[in-house]
Amino acid sequence: MGKLEVRDLSQSFPRDDGSILTVLDRVSFDVKDKEFVCILGASGCGKTTLLRLIAGLDTARSGSIIIDGEEITGTSPMVGFVFQEYSLFPWRTVIDNIAFGLEMRGVSKEDRYMVAEWYLELINLAQFKDSYPSELSGGMRQRVAVARALTLDPVLLLMDEPFGALDAQTRNMLQKELLQIWEKTKKMIVFITHSVDEAVYLADRIIVMTPRPGRICRNFEVPLPRPRDRTSVEFAQVRRDVLDLINQNCSIQ
Amino acid sequence: MGRHAVKDSKDWRLGAVAILLALVIWQFVAAVIIKYPFILPAPTDVFAAFVSLLQAGDIFLDIQASLIHFAIGLGLALLVGIPIGIIMGWSRRTESLLDPLIELLRPIPPLAWIPFAIIWFGLTAFSAGFIIFVGAVFPIIINTYSGFRSVPRVFVEAGRMLGCTKDRDLIRHIAFPAALPSVASGIRIATGVGWMCLVAAELFGVSNYGLGQKLWFFYSLHQMDSVVVYMILLGMIGLAFDMIFRYYVDRHFLKWRTGEVA
Repeated sequence: MGKLEVRDLSQSFPRDDGSILTVLDRVSFDVKDKEFVCILGASGCGKTTLLRLIAGLDTARSGSIIIDGEEITGTSPMVGFVFQEYSLFPWRTVIDNIAFGLEMRGVSKEDRYMVAEWYLELINLAQFKDSYPSELSGGMRQRVAVARALTLDPVLLLMDEPFGALDAQTRNMLQKELLQIWEKTKKMIVFITHSVDEAVYLADRIIVMTPRPGRICRNFEVPLPRPRDRTSVEFAQVRRDVLDLINQNCSIQ
Repeated sequence: MGRHAVKDSKDWRLGAVAILLALVIWQFVAAVIIKYPFILPAPTDVFAAFVSLLQAGDIFLDIQASLIHFAIGLGLALLVGIPIGIIMGWSRRTESLLDPLIELLRPIPPLAWIPFAIIWFGLTAFSAGFIIFVGAVFPIIINTYSGFRSVPRVFVEAGRMLGCTKDRDLIRHIAFPAALPSVASGIRIATGVGWMCLVAAELFGVSNYGLGQKLWFFYSLHQMDSVVVYMILLGMIGLAFDMIFRYYVDRHFLKWRTGEVA
């Protein structure tokens, strides 16, 4: 069982001229067990800030984050993170990247390789086990990053525009693969994106944010069954609904 | 990789031709134009001197003595330089604390430390080692420190997300391997600088053997052909150190960088 509760989360930074820049303003939302949530917003709306707070990489000015009844005060093994930029350790092979978290926990080489190999199968990259990240394509690197984040069996997987740097074709393929992984592992996922198409394709629920200061504008349940066909009329209709919602209620002033 | 191999072999042949040509010109200039081995000994004189030095056998004791001096200097430089570089690169406060001090000491030429080396360590292998240490330690500190400074933040954060949270673990498992190319090139520079300090470090009579010591000894005897033998030996051993780095260290410890722009 997993549950994420974000309560009145605010973040602000002092500016050079002495005033205060509010990046997030009293953001609250819940994520249910096994739910796939996309946070959708224009760049600069504070969505990455929000995700970093949930991850425990930064500390909020006020508010709280609770996972399974436990308050998050720093990085935690309950939370996995997939970064926007390439974050694989280039000096480690693919399998040693995936096994890194287990290695830090003191799991023996034999045991951690067994787990890592299972995840390698899951992302269909078993034959690249001993390759270095520099030998992989961008899409493969992000798949390995997903596997690495999953090996500690976190309750919650956070993804910060992980496919943002990829071409459209690879991106679509990885979205499909991510859904398959999610079906098999059934993690809570909070996925950040600025692409309406991506959000509608992936999410159970879309949280739309507005910038300056970052606030939650609307929650939008995606009414489509999976697998979703992005060329279907229904898909186009939902995409239009989300866009209308953004234009009418959540546009940048 | 295949194309590189072809290119290397081509370069190798061209390079050999250039060396041969230089030897021929040297022989001609020395034997036909100058005709005075004290000014410029010919390659044939040098070779003859090399053979008689080999027969005498001292040459191996010289190499041994020099390697000991060098190992003391470089070993100390690694022991001191890498930890200092690491703590300066990891903590801003240590950086502010140590950086001015290091920047003040660094421009002092290693050879300027010779008087104090003699006073502190006497005429021992350690005073020669100290001069080499002074030459080698700063490139190691600077490169280790700048390597640590340029570790991408995302690596450290990815490490923290995966349960690597203590400073010691982050340094050992994330920052140090990420900084290793820079650390290695610092050691490589330090090896070169340290080796260059060797001749001067042995000049003030720390031992009866040593490549630098013998170079000066034969100069005082006006046996310039033997001086050239020792010059070439110094060059060859320096080159060997560099080859070890290029081929062994890069291939075994930094093989993950293949394919990256290095």
